[in-house]
Amino acid sequence: MSDEGVVDPRRRRLLIITTGLGVVGAAFAATPFVKSMMPSARAKAAGAPVEVDISRIEPGQLLTVEWRGQPVWILRRTPEMLNSLKEDVSLLVDPDSHVDSQQPKYAQNPTRSIKPEVLVLVGICTHLGCSPERRLEAGSESGLGSDWPGGFFCPCHGSKFDLAGRVFKNVPAPINLRVPPHRYVVDTRILIGVDQKGAA
Amino acid sequence: MNTKAGAWRRLLGWVDDRYPLSETWEAHLSKYYAPKNFNFWYYFGSLALVVLVLQILTGIFLTMHYKPDTGLAFASVEYIMRDVDWGWLIRYLHSTGASLFFVVVYLHMFRAFLYGSHRNPRELLWIIGVVIFIALMAEAFMGYLLPWGNMSYWGAQVIISLFDAIPVVGPGLAEWIRGDFVVADATLNRFFALHVVAVPLVLIMLVFIHIVALHKVGSNNPDGIEIKKKKDARGIPLDGIPFHPYYTVKDIVGTTVFLIVFTVIAFFIPELWGWFLEHDNFIPANILQTPQEIKPLWYFTPFYSILRATTSDMVAWGLTPLVIVMAALIIFSVKRARTRLVTSAIAALLLIGFYFIEAKVWGVVLMGLALGAFFLVPWLDRSPVKSIRYRGWMYKTALTFFTIAFIVLGYLGTKPPSGLYSLLAKIGLVIYFLFFLLMPWYTTFDKTKPVPERVTWK
Repeated sequence: MSDEGVVDPRRRRLLIITTGLGVVGAAFAATPFVKSMMPSARAKAAGAPVEVDISRIEPGQLLTVEWRGQPVWILRRTPEMLNSLKEDVSLLVDPDSHVDSQQPKYAQNPTRSIKPEVLVLVGICTHLGCSPERRLEAGSESGLGSDWPGGFFCPCHGSKFDLAGRVFKNVPAPINLRVPPHRYVVDTRILIGVDQKGAA
Repeated sequence: MNTKAGAWRRLLGWVDDRYPLSETWEAHLSKYYAPKNFNFWYYFGSLALVVLVLQILTGIFLTMHYKPDTGLAFASVEYIMRDVDWGWLIRYLHSTGASLFFVVVYLHMFRAFLYGSHRNPRELLWIIGVVIFIALMAEAFMGYLLPWGNMSYWGAQVIISLFDAIPVVGPGLAEWIRGDFVVADATLNRFFALHVVAVPLVLIMLVFIHIVALHKVGSNNPDGIEIKKKKDARGIPLDGIPFHPYYTVKDIVGTTVFLIVFTVIAFFIPELWGWFLEHDNFIPANILQTPQEIKPLWYFTPFYSILRATTSDMVAWGLTPLVIVMAALIIFSVKRARTRLVTSAIAALLLIGFYFIEAKVWGVVLMGLALGAFFLVPWLDRSPVKSIRYRGWMYKTALTFFTIAFIVLGYLGTKPPSGLYSLLAKIGLVIYFLFFLLMPWYTTFDKTKPVPERVTWK
């Protein structure tokens, strides 16, 4: 044929448009399959944030709630308890919470909390996943010696944490207890499982 | 000429008119000419194929009894072991096969480093092979979750949470992989689907194109010279022999020896003292109790070691000087202005990244690069010869150090990362990467011996 080897620009253009649309169509067709692998409605419901009324918690009292199958502690600290956080710094591995995975950015402060008095912690030991016991009172009545500043003690392998969940030196647990993402809905209610508004 | 042979020939002729049966047989077996000087190292390609078939067969039968449900999975594996007739054998063949698959593949890859099998014109063949290796790692990782033992669970938890480290998209990606906020039933169910359907299909297709690419360029050989350069009057390589019957018979001998080793392990030491089946995996998955030491199976441990060795100290005192020295070396040896500019820019970006991005992320990056580096080997290697037989002391030393580093990293990956072990892993990491990074220099300056015209063969 006479036009052999000659590219018809109209046909070429149509070919490019068709191919382009085909690719777009393929992307649309793939979307449901990709999306189907996201957490299902059931998984989302089971992992949903938990709302807790903290107005009932008296200073010095601890409330345990469940979030994603884990115990979460909410402790309202007394001024003495908050004072102990400044005094025990030399005994700790990571007093300034440098390990990023263990708390959201807004809890990376001396009290490891949004409001200084209200501590929210995942109650799972960072060593082997046991749940530590509460030894909130300072001194010898805790059974951990007269210099105990108050905190948590893991009965499995003897790891110790202070009243901000910070790990002591020379215990098996390597890092501080985890502070879960949480936010204040109103002054007396917190939502565990979602980050503070405006925080990453 | 009897009538039976005549009937057979007529049948074959009938088929050949409709399907290229004889043609395929001749092109890939009876008239496919392979170098006549193959040695021990050339068993592992065919052995890898044997193990792949074995894994698919045993896998099909395991699927008939296994249940991909967090409430049932562990018990269904024990059911296979205790109540299904010969179930224990099928499962042990599958678990032993998984480990031996990696033994065979690692030796197959090592062969390429010995004889330069990744070099021109076999770069694409090598790249397909590395993709197969990565697909195999994915297959093994997902298969390891299925028994739902405690190490299955925590191993998957740790590895999937690596994706969390990726900036911006990481957490969403990890959730997409798990289908939940922790490793859960959704994860087990999809890993089952991927392990028994998706990845095996991909592996079979990749192996197919690996062989197609191989038969296009032809096998390399221990002398690293091209047999196609010397052909006889009929166009057949002078140093070539038909794959069938010569190498089919040789490979049957290799397969027999391999299967002896295989069955001895499967029958008498299927756990191989915790190396092939870890002790912690005989305990059902427990979401509230991690094993004493979370470690992957042996074939992942070199890469796991690299991940763990990348601490913030390592980034500051190991990687930072490494990047500076490498950038200086490239700028010193390459005269082109643009190369120098790009090198400086990349080095500067890395150094800024080292300072601002946490070490965990760099660990993931290095683990990825440890695999990705294999893709570049055909171009990093600048030696005029392919085979180690004609290379000088530099390449031999480098390969020896790399091999030792790989094995030591593998061993350290099974141990807790403390004190001396941690330091050794950091040294191993640097040696591992220097093997690749310095390859363009030591292969250029290495003194090589003259290559023979024809393959050496006794």
